[in-house]
Amino acid sequence: MGYLAKLRVWRGDKSGGQLVDHSVEVSEGEVVLDIIHRLQATQAPDLAVRWNCKAGKCGSCAAEINGRPRLMCMTRMNTFAEDEEITVTPMRTFPVIKDLVTDVSFNYEKAREVPAFDPPKDLAPGEYRMAQVDVQRSQEFRKCIECFMCQNVCHVIRDHEDNKEAFSGPRFLMRIAELDMHPLDQTDRKNMAQEEHGLGMCNITKCCTEVCPEHIKITDNAIIPMKERVVDNKYDPLVWLGRTITRRKSD
Amino acid sequence: MATSLEHGTGAPARASIKEKHLRTDRWWIQPLISVVVLVSFIIYATWRAFENAYYYTEPLISPFYSPCLAQSCVDGSSSILGQPIGAWWTISPALLILIFPLGFRMTCYYYRKTYYRSFWMSPPGCAVSEPHKSYSGETKFPLIGQNIHRYFFFAGLVFNVLLTIDAILAFKNADGQWGHMSVGTLVLLANATFLWMYSLSCHSCRHAVGGRLKHFSKHPFRYKMWTGVSRLNAHHAKFAWVSLFGVALADLYVRSVASGAITNLYFF
Repeated sequence: MGYLAKLRVWRGDKSGGQLVDHSVEVSEGEVVLDIIHRLQATQAPDLAVRWNCKAGKCGSCAAEINGRPRLMCMTRMNTFAEDEEITVTPMRTFPVIKDLVTDVSFNYEKAREVPAFDPPKDLAPGEYRMAQVDVQRSQEFRKCIECFMCQNVCHVIRDHEDNKEAFSGPRFLMRIAELDMHPLDQTDRKNMAQEEHGLGMCNITKCCTEVCPEHIKITDNAIIPMKERVVDNKYDPLVWLGRTITRRKSD
Repeated sequence: MATSLEHGTGAPARASIKEKHLRTDRWWIQPLISVVVLVSFIIYATWRAFENAYYYTEPLISPFYSPCLAQSCVDGSSSILGQPIGAWWTISPALLILIFPLGFRMTCYYYRKTYYRSFWMSPPGCAVSEPHKSYSGETKFPLIGQNIHRYFFFAGLVFNVLLTIDAILAFKNADGQWGHMSVGTLVLLANATFLWMYSLSCHSCRHAVGGRLKHFSKHPFRYKMWTGVSRLNAHHAKFAWVSLFGVALADLYVRSVASGAITNLYFF
């Protein structure tokens, strides 16, 4: 029941490249990554592609398929018409290394800028005790597989290279939210999110949520709650007054 | 073959692809629909706000004119708040109040997404390049003002209470006697209900009832409220559109009755 799919794959490196047409056999039940592997095995042995788990859990094979950020291993071929041209390109926000492989080190640099979990000084590892209701909000964000498709699709850096210094991107704003909501974390990360990680640059257009393969509600559950927390700290005089009167630092 | 593009996805060292996007689906339909619907609403609401007529016929008042706070309001149209503005306000009384629902929707997290995408094209669609050469998001004036959304939310709650009272008053008949119900009653009730759903599903509401807490276990009641609002919040976009249509249709119905174009049908 196989057929020949029309594939356009970007080939090149940072000095330049182009979309190259291929015709590749497809069998029932296959995903785009299978087809890329067949292309590599039969027609383009030098094609560079990063992959690992083939199960949507490592995030390595993130690319853009027909212009949309997708995991190649989770994009089934039967979602396309047999005569449809399928375009596969590397993620377009990060520097390209070769063909479908990009240099995602921007994300690791941003990860290092987020201060680590800061538990109470008098608690040793193993002594942490938390109520499930307190920690469950943060747990949604732990599903992140770091495919960086949310970073890739975010127009703040995708369309504005110059913003990369000031803006950490949805993945790391979510990390800050995860820690700020954590019941044992002692660091106040609200002003940090706004001033050092560019939370204010996010205009909540939700593309990060749309592309997340783990279906994490990045915008509704992480970024907007952090924006509201920043408003408490920086822009709401009534909250400031209430905190001053009650001498309350946080809840 | 070095790329000649300098902005957007054509920045140096990225894959050189000259197309602004490679999407093949109809990603432009959603922003297009948003533009058509919102522009239609703005035109209709502006016309009605300035029309200054056909907004009250006992017992129905248009949501665009409630509360009617000026002395120029037609007899019987002012709510429990009376007419504190007095006689100096001579233009449409709708203009006194519409800033609050307008501000609530303009600063709403959902509508922000919608108009940033569809009007400002920032971005027009996911993975579709935006036309702007620079971008600072909501860090500078005027967009930093989006942070006052919670104040509009609280003002919106006051309006919801007043519009609910209007819906209850619609259980009167045209002679002011209680115990009657008409199509107009249902219209105002539906409008008030949709507005409550929209307000209670608001992200600022979610934050205020419990979202700002770090320890839900210390605040079980607020956790329960946060859980309930979170459920509604998942449908915030739906409520945003339904309530927008609800307000416009409620006004259109009241206008039609008040102008004599249709008769308000009474069930009992």
